[in-house]
Amino acid sequence: MIAAGPPQGDRPLGGAARSAVRGEQFSYGWVTLFYKEILRFWKVSFQTIAAPVLSALLYLLIFSHVLEGRLTMYDGRVNYTSFLVPGLVMMATLQNSFANSSSSLIQSKMSGNLIFVLLPPLSALDLFAAYVLGAMVRGLVVGAGVFVVTVAFNPGLLSMPHPLWAVGFALLGSAILSILGLLAGLMAEKFDQVSAFQNFVIMPLTFLSGVFYSIHSLPPFWQALSHFNPFFYMIDGFRFGFFGISDVAPAWSFAVVAAAAATLSALTLKLLANGWKLRP
Amino acid sequence: MSAAAVEVIDVARRFGAVQALDGVSLRVAPGEFFGLLGPNGAGKTTLISILAGLTRADRGSASILGHDVVRDFRAARRNLGVVPQELVFDPFFTVRETLVFQAGYFGLRKQGAWIDEILHHLDLTSKANANMRSLSGGMKRRVLVGQALVHKPPVIVLDEPTAGVDVELRQNLWAFIRKLNTDGHTIILTTHYLEEAEALCNRIAMLKAGRVVALDTTANLLSRFAGLTCRLVVPALPAAWQSRVVRREGRNLHVGLDNPAQLETLLAALREDGIAIEEMALAETDLEQVFLRIMKQPDAVAGGAARSAVRGEP
Repeated sequence: MIAAGPPQGDRPLGGAARSAVRGEQFSYGWVTLFYKEILRFWKVSFQTIAAPVLSALLYLLIFSHVLEGRLTMYDGRVNYTSFLVPGLVMMATLQNSFANSSSSLIQSKMSGNLIFVLLPPLSALDLFAAYVLGAMVRGLVVGAGVFVVTVAFNPGLLSMPHPLWAVGFALLGSAILSILGLLAGLMAEKFDQVSAFQNFVIMPLTFLSGVFYSIHSLPPFWQALSHFNPFFYMIDGFRFGFFGISDVAPAWSFAVVAAAAATLSALTLKLLANGWKLRP
Repeated sequence: MSAAAVEVIDVARRFGAVQALDGVSLRVAPGEFFGLLGPNGAGKTTLISILAGLTRADRGSASILGHDVVRDFRAARRNLGVVPQELVFDPFFTVRETLVFQAGYFGLRKQGAWIDEILHHLDLTSKANANMRSLSGGMKRRVLVGQALVHKPPVIVLDEPTAGVDVELRQNLWAFIRKLNTDGHTIILTTHYLEEAEALCNRIAMLKAGRVVALDTTANLLSRFAGLTCRLVVPALPAAWQSRVVRREGRNLHVGLDNPAQLETLLAALREDGIAIEEMALAETDLEQVFLRIMKQPDAVAGGAARSAVRGEP
């Protein structure tokens, strides 16, 4: 391969007739795209970070105001507001992970500037890593923001019995939604197709996953149905990290979530490698 | 053996009912300034997209400096710079960020000095930190040229880079591209401005309905159709001469002549039919007339140079 030499920026134009450039580093291509993905949302952080943190806080204030004292969770072992916080943190993480990769891709597609990442020698894995990790950063930053703000109302939540489980579920959940966002962005040809995916798939799955309730409070049919919703395992496992209590054993949840992440990764990488919708 | 800068072998591509490319073969040597001409829908942009890996061929192969654009895509793309036809940009970033990112995608970091130089040559230094959104169309076009150069590709493809660009900028852009060519870059250009292709390109391929209908040096193309064009304003033209009309502009008829002697025959034919000449002027053939004549031929085959063109209709 081409040796990594010093950049030759001071050279006069051209003279490049024979071989390609020196000074290039192979791992650097996707790192640049990853960094660009982060800078893209960071430049509009009021909209991409502050706004979702604020809406999560509003959910918390309203629901806890209405329901605190009337409702306790896990047979009275956890008060409702504490129960709600991990759900909101996870919901914000998931939604923003999805929003980042899907909107970045569809915006680039619609404005045509996707060509800038299609012309360079970036492989399917390069594109996958950059878009997914970039979206995970946004999701996790928003999630952390929601956590910091809501914990201010519930300092007791800081004594988490199993923080590593929480971190593991946050990472995997955010990865899954980032990949789904990438898929939606790949698939869509218009903005409204992405928002349809968001409103008709992502939102219902999140809201019906137990963000606001424990599935044990549901009628048996809906309880059984919830077990087919992968989002339920993400939130249930995440909550286990906070309370040491969950509807399903955390190891089982982790296995389901990890399998979902692996399947979606394989599928997306295959589609990217085939140039599906990108290199028609 | 030195690899061709660009080699395309029997490439075909269909989009739905449209056969965008139908067995195109051509070879561009390193250092050439090569023109790709053809009417809208002839397949120029599809061909460029296949070279750039933006779309894939149904059959045939393409390579850049010996690197297959599919199997060896990393090497092929490192050797190729493309200025796309559409005026695209990323509204989130400044001019400098755009160029730094583009270099980064090619695995290049710390390219500050080179980027400064590109900005200087494209007269964008004062706009380096301006957001892409705030630039005029001509400036955006120049940033696209800069993005194509940022990894110093030996082969540069420009897809109608002067469409919608004002005259002065067009001149500057041509001077810049010509300099790149003198410095050793291979240039492939598609354009609608035929006089520019004539002035810049040393070899030209003409595409029509997805086929190469002419492929030769600019000089040979001009001399093959050498001769003259006679511009006439006449009330009528003898039937035998109708097929010789290469262009009509209002009442002006441009009649192609193979040699000066044919002028006699034309004038004799007019006299015989009792047609009075209102206006007449003679001009040397230019690329535009060559182009129009080739495009007018039913299944045009201009000489044997184009391998793909001699296959005839299926």
